[in-house]
Amino acid sequence: MLNGRLMVETQNKELIYEYLSEVTDPEIPVVNIIEMGMVRDVICSEDEIEVFLCPTYSGCPAMDMIDALVKEKLHEKGCGTVKVTLVYKPVWTTDWMNVETKEKLRVYGIAPPEGSALSKKELLNEGPVGCPQCGSKNTEIKSMFGSTACKALYTCKDCLEPFDYFKCI
Amino acid sequence: MERLDLSKFCIRLGDSCLIMAHRQSEMCSKGPFLEEDIAQTNLGLDLLGQAEALLIYAAKLEGNGRTADDLAFRRPEREFYNFMLTEQPNTDFAFAIVRQYIMALYLTKVYETLAKVEDETISGVALKAVKEIAYHERHLGMWVKRLGDGTNESHDRIQTAVNELWMFVGELYEEDDLDVKLQEAGYAISGEEMKAYLMDKISAQLADATLSVPESVYMTTGSKKGIHTEYLGYMLTEMQYLQRAYPDAKW
Repeated sequence: MLNGRLMVETQNKELIYEYLSEVTDPEIPVVNIIEMGMVRDVICSEDEIEVFLCPTYSGCPAMDMIDALVKEKLHEKGCGTVKVTLVYKPVWTTDWMNVETKEKLRVYGIAPPEGSALSKKELLNEGPVGCPQCGSKNTEIKSMFGSTACKALYTCKDCLEPFDYFKCI
Repeated sequence: MERLDLSKFCIRLGDSCLIMAHRQSEMCSKGPFLEEDIAQTNLGLDLLGQAEALLIYAAKLEGNGRTADDLAFRRPEREFYNFMLTEQPNTDFAFAIVRQYIMALYLTKVYETLAKVEDETISGVALKAVKEIAYHERHLGMWVKRLGDGTNESHDRIQTAVNELWMFVGELYEEDDLDVKLQEAGYAISGEEMKAYLMDKISAQLADATLSVPESVYMTTGSKKGIHTEYLGYMLTEMQYLQRAYPDAKW
């Protein structure tokens, strides 16, 4: 017989993940923190819920905001004490975003990371980046540093639209 | 590694990152053009994030109730252990570029080494930072070349920056007792190895930018004992103003 308490804990955990999927990155409202790969684990004990988050960029100002949003969301859902703990290892990487998440970014107007952060060439985005508007690969980098720490600024030479590129990291 | 030794090391590295982050933040709205203004402040933001992670860990290891905020905002000048190079002012754009370029080279090597240590927090912070610094090194290297190989004016100004900042490079490969302990535990490479690596990288980049390596051999020393140039005090006065004027202020 499956241990009753264990079953409750598993159910709770699934429920918490469901709640957390309603929390989005304040800078990129189309993807939630689970799709970003930021939620590493959730531990439900009798008196508290501990959420383990993996920070994206070291200096990402959205981190404190996400911490607050997680607590706000879980309180709103009636969870008692919520603790958010940052974990540094394994190190967050854009490689954790799946194809659907990347597509959401593209539809939103942000070119998703190309290739893998394991390759130094792709890490420093030397390869071609597709325009999220028209799909052309005929684009050029304007600045390696864009509107937020995670993005670079590009322009499409075909449709002439400027766009953000989510850097590989 | 002894807990307190590791804490001291995190403070040294964290201080260098914090002080550079503040210098970079001073360039906000003063960049040569909009995209570069954003780039320079982004460099500062990465360094601030690294500083925060290191100082939080240092405070935890210290275990005497001090927080990362206390370390950043309540220590006087003589208790800061950042390299003198990091506190040098943004005299002009070329000074900021040279300061940050040399430090990016240094940090690349430091984080590559730390990425392999057993301590999960340190290696986690380093693994993330090494990728961020790869962007810094490329961006700043591009500027060294662009200014050096640009107009006579830009060439002379960046050569002046290299010449005037040169005496602060020696500290990056200096060794004291703590450094020796770090090397024995695999947390740092030897001063000799660091010197060879830096000189190799810097001289190649300067040659490519039609600049010359200064002949002067005089190097300053002292930041590992909390001795600094006159610039740090003024900077801390501004950086720490709010916490000094309104202790424990929160918002």
